[in-house]
Amino acid sequence: MQKSTQDYLKTVYSLSKNGEIVSNTDIAQKLNVTPASVTEMLKKLADENYIKYSPYHGSTLTEKGLKEAQKITRKHRLLESFLSNVLHIGNDKVHQEACQMEHALSDEAEESLCRLLKHPDTCPDDGKTIPACDLPFSNCEECTQLHQKGLEQVGKRDKNLISIRELKNGSIGKISFIRGEHKVLQRLLDMGLTPGTKIQIIKVAPMNGPVEVAVRGTKLALGQDIACNVFVEMETTNK
Amino acid sequence: MSTHNNTSNGLKNKKVKEGTTKRGKQFTFALAGNANVGKSVIFNQLTGSNQIIGNWPGKTVERAEGTLSFEGYEIRVIDLPGIYSFSTFSMEEIVSRDYIALERPDVVINVVDASVLERNLFFTLQLLEMNAPLVLVLNQLDVAKSKGILIDKEKLSTLLGVPVVFATATRGEGIYEAVKEAVKVANSKPKHKQVRYHRNLEEQIEKLQSIVEKEKLDLQYPTRWVAIKLFEGDIEITKLVAEKSETIISQLKLFSAEFEKNYQEKCFATIASERYALAGSIVAASLQQEEISHPITDKIDWFATHRIYGYITAATVIGGLLLWTFFIGNTLSDLISQGLNLIYSTNPELSASAPILSIILNGFWGGVEAGLTLIIPFVIPFYLLLALIEDSGLLTRVAFMMDSAMHRIGLHGKALIPIILGYGCSVPAIHSCKIMETRRERLLATFAITFAPCSARTVVLFGMVGLFVGIHWALLLYVVNLAIIFVMGRVAMKAIPGKSTGLIMEMSSFKRPSMKIALKQTWTRTKSIIYVVFPIYIVGSAFIQVLYVYDILTSISNVLYPLTVTWLGLPAFAGVLLLLGAIRKELVLVGAAAILGTADLLIGFTPVQLVVMALVAMLYIPCVSTMAVLGKEFGWKSATLISLANISTALIVGGLTFHLLNFFI
Repeated sequence: MQKSTQDYLKTVYSLSKNGEIVSNTDIAQKLNVTPASVTEMLKKLADENYIKYSPYHGSTLTEKGLKEAQKITRKHRLLESFLSNVLHIGNDKVHQEACQMEHALSDEAEESLCRLLKHPDTCPDDGKTIPACDLPFSNCEECTQLHQKGLEQVGKRDKNLISIRELKNGSIGKISFIRGEHKVLQRLLDMGLTPGTKIQIIKVAPMNGPVEVAVRGTKLALGQDIACNVFVEMETTNK
Repeated sequence: MSTHNNTSNGLKNKKVKEGTTKRGKQFTFALAGNANVGKSVIFNQLTGSNQIIGNWPGKTVERAEGTLSFEGYEIRVIDLPGIYSFSTFSMEEIVSRDYIALERPDVVINVVDASVLERNLFFTLQLLEMNAPLVLVLNQLDVAKSKGILIDKEKLSTLLGVPVVFATATRGEGIYEAVKEAVKVANSKPKHKQVRYHRNLEEQIEKLQSIVEKEKLDLQYPTRWVAIKLFEGDIEITKLVAEKSETIISQLKLFSAEFEKNYQEKCFATIASERYALAGSIVAASLQQEEISHPITDKIDWFATHRIYGYITAATVIGGLLLWTFFIGNTLSDLISQGLNLIYSTNPELSASAPILSIILNGFWGGVEAGLTLIIPFVIPFYLLLALIEDSGLLTRVAFMMDSAMHRIGLHGKALIPIILGYGCSVPAIHSCKIMETRRERLLATFAITFAPCSARTVVLFGMVGLFVGIHWALLLYVVNLAIIFVMGRVAMKAIPGKSTGLIMEMSSFKRPSMKIALKQTWTRTKSIIYVVFPIYIVGSAFIQVLYVYDILTSISNVLYPLTVTWLGLPAFAGVLLLLGAIRKELVLVGAAAILGTADLLIGFTPVQLVVMALVAMLYIPCVSTMAVLGKEFGWKSATLISLANISTALIVGGLTFHLLNFFI
């Protein structure tokens, strides 16, 4: 896939919260290109079924597009974490640096990087959620344990996962993956957030506050730092 | 049911086992369950005033024990901490499971919230894994009914294989039946059925269990439970078993690797899922949910967590709470001191004529008076209203809204409750920091509390600045104080190593607060003031009189001259006031009036000096009572560090304020 395609998908992903339509002007502004070239590129992406494009409105990612967008965004944000936390490069420089490196990073290196960094959840410069990996695990410990035997055999996850931090009020999903250390995982499991459980977003507190969810007949408030580690499959998929 | 006044089964008397005494058969019942299910309400109804509250040996977890006489039986009741699981992440969980597994109470009364049955049964299943003789009490039935939840008691009892009792403890309903069932269980010791999980998992558990049995480890835990805990990777149990048998550990590794290979899932995650799956199927079979809408509580909920109104609600709740306290407090305080003055009013002239009498009357009696005029009028009304707001569910919403602000000082929303308590008195506030998950968070919350203006400091603030400089200045200092809490909180967050844990908080539904529960909660919080603060007040006041009578105070305050006069710009006698205030903060105000011989402080202070004095008094050192609690909870090193941080903050802020105000005014 072309570098520019990846950059467009990444931009649409970062601009659209929860599958909202992204306008061409926003994309043009973010990528610093002319609106005309944005329109042209978006049409091309729509032809390849990465996005759904409606003229004068904007675009949304398809499942296929979302998958690619999450992948490249994940690589970008993991690299940012690596550059900042391990190499101690200033937070003002990591974004540029990661933009160059993300296209060359293989999936295998991405998975290793994630384990090396102990499954980071947010990127260092702007605190945005790092998307989940596409391995079919329900927690990180499974990955840590199985990777010696080679992760090629375990296959890939077919559905896209979304962190409940990114979801709109009222959306319902099925818990599929919980990222992070054992303690947090066990606490969430004890509260009933086991894989396969239905979870509904009730409300998100302002100023990056906690997410209120309904699960197993109770309502829980989960802080942002917990919520960004709880990933769900959406009940209804946008085609 | 009757209670009696036999409290001889004290905490020290741990070896009391069941057996027949002259008085009748003795049993031990333990109350277990999630937090906020009404366990303590049931405990209080069972034991009345026959309670001994202490700590579990070597732990900072509170242990509540009481006695009850029931139809000829002597029953010891232990209230275990409210927990959600037995995964040894908190001391509460370790304490509870060791108690149930090792001390083997005759019956475990599992109190569950009937309105959140599934999550509660997750814990019940773990009690069954431990082979605990169980009685299930479905409490808060009224709340469940109002949510449209109907539970088939018999069905539930059959599915779980344990007796089930309905209860609404706040109204005293179902308590008698619960004890009756528990006594039946204690007498008959029925074998309840084993909890069985999915076949794949069950096979592994049974294989490991038979090996654990063969190895004869002489562990006091049930073997099946040990096997499950090993699969869960429980640190304590694994350590315990590893010390005794390597065979089991190597087999465990083999079995879990096999399981994880076959099912691509970690054992501990599978076990949690299985427990929930089972709880879910039990609920599905025994519970009916009718759709009921709650237009009013939904509205309140919407308002209290709205992105604008939510903050207004939070500010109104906290501000209103403080205003109410101050308004009620002042009125009541005046009344009480008038009443006490009828008995004896302190007379400073005594110290010259009759020193010993002065130590007793002005010292001891002065301490009693100070305690009474502070605790009764200020702290009790404050805590009562707070408990009512808490019980209604409103405070949970405030914590929800304030979570992101609390994050900036390394804490989360739940820390709001201890910090608000600090506006009443630091001592119970620091005690209540136990609700925080880690030591680091307890320390951070405690540190913030030491800066929060407790009622004694508020009295100084309004008595000095509000009355003589202007109420807006007093309010301004309140805001300055908030800013200082925030800044120092951030400094502490950076200085204390470790990561913050995130917020996981139950959003309990709104309900009409219960006065009974609020009163009990108020008492729980106030009693540490009575036990810790009150004696220190009395002894401390007498001690001050000794210093005063033998004229030691002035010589000490002379030593402080460079700080008080040169740097802070205060009158020379301020050193004495600061010494007094270290024992009781409000002595800064009382002492100033005594030294000046008049209530008109403007005779001895300029307005700027009053502002600086009040500010320094608010910040400069935790009072002796607070220090005692700090030392007990965190060790003397931390207590000293916190005090030093307080002192330096007070000196820096106070000095800067003096020089700035002098420059501008």
